[in-house]
Amino acid sequence: MASFPPKFKVLVDKEVCTGCLKCTLQCPFDVHIYDKEGFKASGKDKDERKNFIVRNQENCVACQRCVFTCPVKCIQIEVRPPTYNPHPVWTDAVRRDLKTQSDTGGVLLAAMGNEQPYPSYFDRLVIDACQVTNPSIDPLREPMELRTYLGRKPEKLEFEDNGTSLKTQLAKNLKLETPIMIAHMSYGAISLNAHKSLANAAAEQGTFMGTGEGGLHKDLYHLADSIIVQVASGRFAVHEEYLKTGAAVEIKIGQGAKPGIGGHLPGRKITEPISKTRMIPVGSDALSPAPHHDIYSIEDLSRLIYAIKEATRYKKPVFVKIAAVNNSAPIATGIIRAGADAVVLDGFTAGTGAAPQVIRNNLGIPIEAAIASVDQRLRDEGIRHWGSIIASGSMRSSGDVAKAIALGADAVYIGTASLISLGCTVCKQCFTGKCAWGIATQDPNLTKRLDPEVGARRVSNLIGAWSHELQEILGALGLNSLESLRGNRDRLRGVGLSQTELDVLDVLPAGR
Amino acid sequence: MKEVVIDSKGIHYKVLNFMIEDAINAGATKIVLENVNGQRFLLDGVNADVELEVHGTAGDDLAAFMNGPRVTVYGNVQDGVGNTMNRGLVVIHGDGRDIVGHSMRGGKIFVKGDVGYRVGIHMKQYEDNYPVVVAGGTAMDFLGEYMAGGVVLILNIGDAPFTGDWVGTGIHGGVIYVRGDVPEFLLGIGAKATDLEASDKKLIKELAEEYGRYFGVDPKPIYESRFTKIVPISHRPYAKMYTDD
Ligand code: SF4
Ligand code: SF4
Ligand code: SF4
Repeated sequence: MASFPPKFKVLVDKEVCTGCLKCTLQCPFDVHIYDKEGFKASGKDKDERKNFIVRNQENCVACQRCVFTCPVKCIQIEVRPPTYNPHPVWTDAVRRDLKTQSDTGGVLLAAMGNEQPYPSYFDRLVIDACQVTNPSIDPLREPMELRTYLGRKPEKLEFEDNGTSLKTQLAKNLKLETPIMIAHMSYGAISLNAHKSLANAAAEQGTFMGTGEGGLHKDLYHLADSIIVQVASGRFAVHEEYLKTGAAVEIKIGQGAKPGIGGHLPGRKITEPISKTRMIPVGSDALSPAPHHDIYSIEDLSRLIYAIKEATRYKKPVFVKIAAVNNSAPIATGIIRAGADAVVLDGFTAGTGAAPQVIRNNLGIPIEAAIASVDQRLRDEGIRHWGSIIASGSMRSSGDVAKAIALGADAVYIGTASLISLGCTVCKQCFTGKCAWGIATQDPNLTKRLDPEVGARRVSNLIGAWSHELQEILGALGLNSLESLRGNRDRLRGVGLSQTELDVLDVLPAGR
Repeated sequence: MKEVVIDSKGIHYKVLNFMIEDAINAGATKIVLENVNGQRFLLDGVNADVELEVHGTAGDDLAAFMNGPRVTVYGNVQDGVGNTMNRGLVVIHGDGRDIVGHSMRGGKIFVKGDVGYRVGIHMKQYEDNYPVVVAGGTAMDFLGEYMAGGVVLILNIGDAPFTGDWVGTGIHGGVIYVRGDVPEFLLGIGAKATDLEASDKKLIKELAEEYGRYFGVDPKPIYESRFTKIVPISHRPYAKMYTDD
């Protein structure tokens, strides 16, 4: 028995309910339970069946699955008003956590991003626009360039004597039609149908999807040109063919939701197909240690970068992902100097399928500060063109994307936003493996709820829409290419930020 | 058989590896590298039916991500030999250093002499992929750390007392055999010593015989000695750590 009151009320309008039992089948959290025996014993007729559904309200996580699937829409989920005697320090959430933890003695697990009410810098940055003196551009009529190349750019270009062909050897870059990529979420954390949806959406939009550390299912190898494969500390699924198949390889050092710690996919989630893709036995725990055991320094990192470049014969850009932390700027320079073609910065609000709550809520720094400081540091050192900056961590809209790019990012990854597009309602139960929307689950009864074709269309719609909006923003700024916005912090202004914060972000206050 | 000989003296690893690639593409089935002096990444990610002979000291990450070839080193190797290797054979007529077989998933590594720290770290196994690391000498601390599968065999031929500390820390799969005694206090968290069964003895005999063939050593006195077997206490060491389990 849980030692705290239920969070939600499950209200059913019995007048409308038909007793179809759909809710009892749709709720993965055992809220709506049909008392079949009781109904049979009662000898009542079918109309009365609705009175034999009991509701374990304390199990409800407000995923809204039953609400949407009830044919007559007679279910409503409400937040229960706070039930504890109010206290400003010992909030309901705090008390709930303490009690849950006391029940089991375990580390509290959490899903999705940081829930602490830290201020968002994106929400305190505004974007400039053209008026009178420098005309804005109509993106419907004028060409607007969103195309982005990720990777090392040459110092200078040299041409053959004939003047038309290039002498300089260009490093392999990734070509993106839009600067929005889909973040690394592993097959294992999410379902194959989710991976399929995301990969197809990325391919359709001319962008890329990250595999996460769970490998790439064989059914998705044909989309490999739109896929960035990941190498994490557990080295699951990492083999020669996998490295050579992806369009780029990303070494994951850390992630924003859980900086500095490893990962742990419990054995019960290692089903047959996941075992095949990760190349580990069914039912074994998949432990990703906190560090890579061959990396204890920038020199060691460089060794892994070049081991991968050698293994892929210098045909694939190699990215390195870190969580945004205090020292991101010097670390990022080290990463770029170590040979990485891009550094991925993952901010402290980034999502996750499972992380210790205390880590997720308290470690790391805001992505905005990390982007600005890394971009500045690379410029100061004269090596900004050696590698690209990719930012991730709760990009909620094209506005956030535009601000991230103006702060200095070349491209962004979206994770949670793409899942919401697939149907996720941010119910924060990903680690239970019971996702009612067929995303963060491997249960075939649940995964079939997500149709990969519909999913791909939805995510593609989202990325397409954000791309149009980016063009609108560029038009308003009087710019015809995203390249002109990159690191153009002069086109941002801060609202309600201290002078120190403005300095860190390198933006002026609004009005100046 | 087409054999190609390359004098590696003074050649940067990147160039050397392109020369090796060219040789393989041109149909070489055996490549002999003379005067190797620390060049890294030899045969990384190579998936070909080819044999490599290295004369000298191979640099870091020899045979990383390798998938098939056979490598013989007449000399020592630096760190990370067989890093995340999938398939193939590496035979080293010298010493190995740190993280031999790091995250290795399949294939075999035989080291004639000693190996360094964290050998066999995070080795894993999968279906018929079963990685094997055998060292004739001794091993340093953190042998088989985080091991999830496969076998590490330390033959300790010099009979020096085994001193590697923290053996099998975090091990949750696979098995470590050390010839002679491994005192309890050297075992890491999550590891335990157990008795050998007939199947263990059979495996040790086979691997000692294979070692004997590569390095011209009589395996009998080796495999007839006493071994300590080290295995995980639990295959799910962190099962009770989180509130949802
Ligand atoms: S799904 Fe709706 S109509 Fe059907 S039993 Fe549940 S509440 Fe009633
Ligand atoms: S909202 Fe979700 S958890 Fe709550 S009753 Fe409906 S299906 Fe179950
Ligand atoms: S992915 Fe599924 S379980 Fe996770 S928050 Fe979204 S709806 Fe809930």
